[in-house]
Amino acid sequence: MTQQPVIDLSPKVSDEIRKTTCYMCACRCGINVHMKDGKVAYIEGNRDHPVNQGVLCAKGSAGIMQHNAPARLRAPLKRVGPRGSGEFEEITWDEALQIATDWLEPIRAKNPEKLAFFTGRDQSQSFTSLWAQSFGTPNYAAHGGFCSVNMAAAGIYTMGGAFWEFGQPDWDHTKLFMLFGVAEDHDSNPIKMGIGKIKARGARIIGVNPIRTGYNAVADDWVGITPGTDGLFILAMIHCLMKAGKIDLHYLAQYTDAPVLLNGDENSSDYGLYLRDEDGKQQVIDRKTGKLAPFDQPGVRPDLSATYTAEGITHRPVFHQMAEKYLSDEYAPEAVADRCGISARRIRTIAAELARVAFDEAFELDHAWTDFRGETHLKMTGRPVSFHAMRGISAHANGFQTCRALHTLQIILGTVEVPGGFRFKPPYPKPATAHPKPHVGVNAGAPLNGPHLGFVHGPDDLALKEDGTPARIDKAFTWENPMSAHGLMHMVISNAHAGDPYKIDTLFMYMANMSWNSSMNTRGVMEMLTDKDANGDYVIPRIIYSDSYSSEMVAYADLILPDTTYLERHDCISLLDRPICEADAAADAIRWPVVEPDRDVRGFQSALCDLGAKLGLPAFVNEDGSQKYADYADYITNHERRPGIGPLAGFRGKDGTKSGRGEVNPNQLDRYIENGGFFVEHIPAGANYYKPWNTAYQEWAVKMGLFDAPQPYLFSLYVEPMRKFQLAAEGHGDRQPPDHLRDRIKATMSPLPIWYETDQTGNAGYTITALTQRPMAMYHSWGSQNAWLRQLHGHNPLYLPTKLMQENSLKDGDWARVTSPHGEITVPVMEMAALNQNTVWTWNAIGKRKGAWALDKDAPEATRGFLLNHLIHELLPPKGDGLRWSNSDPITGQAAWFDLKVKIEKAAPPSDSKPEFDAIKSPVGQGPNKLAWKVGK
Amino acid sequence: MTQLPARTDKKLGLVIDLDTCVGCHACVISCKGWNTENYGAPLSDQDPYGANPSGTFLNRVHSYEVQPNQGEAQLIHFPKSCLHCEDAPCVTVCPTGASYKRTEDGIVLVNESDCIGCGLCAWACPYGAREMDVAEGVMKKCTLCVDRIYNENLPEIDRQPACVRTCPAGARHFGDLGDPDSAVSKLVADRGGVDLMPEQGTKPVNQYLPPRPKDRLAAASAEDIDILAPFLEPVAQEATGFLGWLDRTLEKL
Repeated sequence: MTQQPVIDLSPKVSDEIRKTTCYMCACRCGINVHMKDGKVAYIEGNRDHPVNQGVLCAKGSAGIMQHNAPARLRAPLKRVGPRGSGEFEEITWDEALQIATDWLEPIRAKNPEKLAFFTGRDQSQSFTSLWAQSFGTPNYAAHGGFCSVNMAAAGIYTMGGAFWEFGQPDWDHTKLFMLFGVAEDHDSNPIKMGIGKIKARGARIIGVNPIRTGYNAVADDWVGITPGTDGLFILAMIHCLMKAGKIDLHYLAQYTDAPVLLNGDENSSDYGLYLRDEDGKQQVIDRKTGKLAPFDQPGVRPDLSATYTAEGITHRPVFHQMAEKYLSDEYAPEAVADRCGISARRIRTIAAELARVAFDEAFELDHAWTDFRGETHLKMTGRPVSFHAMRGISAHANGFQTCRALHTLQIILGTVEVPGGFRFKPPYPKPATAHPKPHVGVNAGAPLNGPHLGFVHGPDDLALKEDGTPARIDKAFTWENPMSAHGLMHMVISNAHAGDPYKIDTLFMYMANMSWNSSMNTRGVMEMLTDKDANGDYVIPRIIYSDSYSSEMVAYADLILPDTTYLERHDCISLLDRPICEADAAADAIRWPVVEPDRDVRGFQSALCDLGAKLGLPAFVNEDGSQKYADYADYITNHERRPGIGPLAGFRGKDGTKSGRGEVNPNQLDRYIENGGFFVEHIPAGANYYKPWNTAYQEWAVKMGLFDAPQPYLFSLYVEPMRKFQLAAEGHGDRQPPDHLRDRIKATMSPLPIWYETDQTGNAGYTITALTQRPMAMYHSWGSQNAWLRQLHGHNPLYLPTKLMQENSLKDGDWARVTSPHGEITVPVMEMAALNQNTVWTWNAIGKRKGAWALDKDAPEATRGFLLNHLIHELLPPKGDGLRWSNSDPITGQAAWFDLKVKIEKAAPPSDSKPEFDAIKSPVGQGPNKLAWKVGK
Repeated sequence: MTQLPARTDKKLGLVIDLDTCVGCHACVISCKGWNTENYGAPLSDQDPYGANPSGTFLNRVHSYEVQPNQGEAQLIHFPKSCLHCEDAPCVTVCPTGASYKRTEDGIVLVNESDCIGCGLCAWACPYGAREMDVAEGVMKKCTLCVDRIYNENLPEIDRQPACVRTCPAGARHFGDLGDPDSAVSKLVADRGGVDLMPEQGTKPVNQYLPPRPKDRLAAASAEDIDILAPFLEPVAQEATGFLGWLDRTLEKL
């Protein structure tokens, strides 16, 4: 045998590891960036990090290609050609900031609302909203309105938190995990880790999704439901469970509003509202005394059954209404089976399995805890059933109520905040009443009167002007969508173009590809952005945009503020905002420049510190008018939201020893860097379940500064604010909805979850549902410029079920014309058997405009890739009533992406997918034709 | 022709759990990143921003639809890299001795300085697990991260292949499949791990754990006797109505 080669088994790995936070998606994993010769050589997951514990997804590992992407913008740009052409000249930052100041200063002095400032996949909303508030415009939001506001808002109104950033399954104890809809693109690594964990334990997964990919591909059972009927399926399971008494009565009585009394007088203006005491507390009947008591009275045993009559008015507990509604045959499996595409037998089987695991596999943890009524429990009862859902069930016009139904299912099984169930992550649980209300008080030259976004609790909280017209450009918090907690970014351009409710002057956007994949009606949006009035002026007069990359949206702005890559910037993943906490710990994190930019770019937040100071915004200048924060890092370190509470909770106090509350620590960022880029404070044992009601948790949360006093509350199976909107629609109160909305408000604003068919106007003949999802290896349109990731998903066929392939005589690689009531696309198709028979789907945001992202004009993303967005309008087709109705959830305004209905026919193969658009001129040229990316030599 | 060792001290390899792999491609890109920067020539990409991007990858994930005789179609994610076969035809076919199987641990490697880029090994491999790097003109393949697993510059816990370290679902396992007491060997025994294409006679070291049976609840609901029915026994008969239900239900409290 010949001698085998001698190889170096211990080569040097890197000069240094710099630990920061990933930004290849919204998951915010910790990463180890290996440096060689001052350059990024390799990126891996940080084992110590609470989010990803060392693992990293494809996106994260491909960050090196993102950081070095040829599509990076290089310097501020001023538009020199017509909008949409992509013709720019590079300018200095001084010039760019002066242009922006010259535009914005006069607006602020007279009409601050004429600035519409919307940020996209922003992870600094507590900062950008502060900037907008200080400017004084009411027109601020991020992208939640077109993402998953239904999930977030439904969760907060129902139980003080939702999935993902708000909470997670108890992966260590759950035995049955039920997943609804597409969920692969949020909380991506933690869910994969969780699935791996429970599979290794032999626990089981049920996936409910028209498409059997990703997590549904590994689910033990797959339910290929008819899109948009999840709520009906869930309510049928609730029907089965209630009918069989397989509900956690003790939990419902002690921790929810099921025993809270409701006014039963049909003529009263309080009809259907909670009975409250003088302190405004919800009232129940105490089973021990048979008398009225506030819900939180020490020792009270709320009665789920007893009614209370006073002054001729009978008050009945919420539980009665639930029983009446859900025991009704309307929700019997047989009644819903056809619409859901799931047999009645199967609905029962799944409900029975939930019941079996929740009750027959219940277990106890030996943790004593004391509840908010002062009762000490020696053990914690576990109900090992957990759920998760995200955009799949959110992005329908019945999404809010569907999400509410899912939370109700969890709650009646008694699985929320118990071992084995769903657990909140700090700063949640936090009831809707603990959140701000929306503020729209505009004063020329002065800040807004409070935070923009929040939770309404009735008509009085709507964002309406004195004349009843919308105060916000996106018409958030109006009668059209009263509970639009995240704003409606997808309506901003359309409304600004229409001058409805009013005209604006400057549209300022960040990280939102609105002229392409982030808008409905993409071609229409391009036309609105370039449309001119009779004087030859742009209808939307000025557009400022900030992005790191040469996205499609860049071409439509007048001024570009180039952002850094995520490895070149400071950020804070803050407890004031969207933190990275775990169910057992509060946590936050930073990004820091592990490499300095080699281009004339600035982190967007630092640019806002500069611009805020030039504009003299109170939050951004010192008393002498000088610039307050030199850059974002300075803000992160020195800003205090309340005394002792800043953007970062860790290493506070002069010596860095305080957590949560504490004085500013000038060395705080260094301490984060030393600690691996994050901070974790664990919740003490015994405080980490039953958090909304657990005295030990509440006290810990106050100590950490999550809130200022204990705030125990009951879960709201019944959302009283919704009843208040119904009462207004019934004619009660001074603030009245317009007549054309009365019936819809009455019908959709049910305070108990319902299911309704979404508006099918114009859909006659369009019988197929068309959906999108993101590949797990991509997020945002960023992925397609990534040299490694685009080799995984470089184009996106439309996947058709076998039945539709056969009906249309299609085979793989053929092309089809796909038509909706709004538009038409011609795209390549591929067969997929594991797919609901009446559903087609494709990967989202793969399709690219020619000339964007430094890709070749013949890149498959541009020639064969496509967007379904061309088929979706922000408005429903005209109904003949002279009105145009928004294509969104009537409760929250969430964009109803997944209500799209289409028809399909075979088409002759075109040269490129249709519609085609002219190439835009690239401000950055095109990427190289070869890569061999080895940094170390 | 190059000889295979008569035996190797260890049989290092991967165990890949097809029941758990969600098809996320994390392993693919982590592998690309590590092996671009480390052992041998970088894994190059041709036309990376153009019409036909094509690069070298040592590990790829394929997805296959399976239509069982009964029940719904299924989708299986199937990661594939070199299986470090005991009877590796890619080694015996190599005209220069560049391809070899290490006697210490059984890892199949290419000594790039001896590789002439003839591509015979790629033809010989029944799994399509080798890829010619177009820029360098040498054959690339999974090294099982031979420059990680013994690397004293890495913390001990990180001395495993990049794909295993990164896999979010924990679907990839690394160890000595020649040691029946190793964790990976036990996992293979417990879960009925299988050789890929055993009929090829290559005796692959890597093992695949098959997906567990799917859609058992669907099957249960199709059977005449519903084993879960007792869990949904109504608490009250219809005739007694809501109040009857309420009373009977609340008796449990």
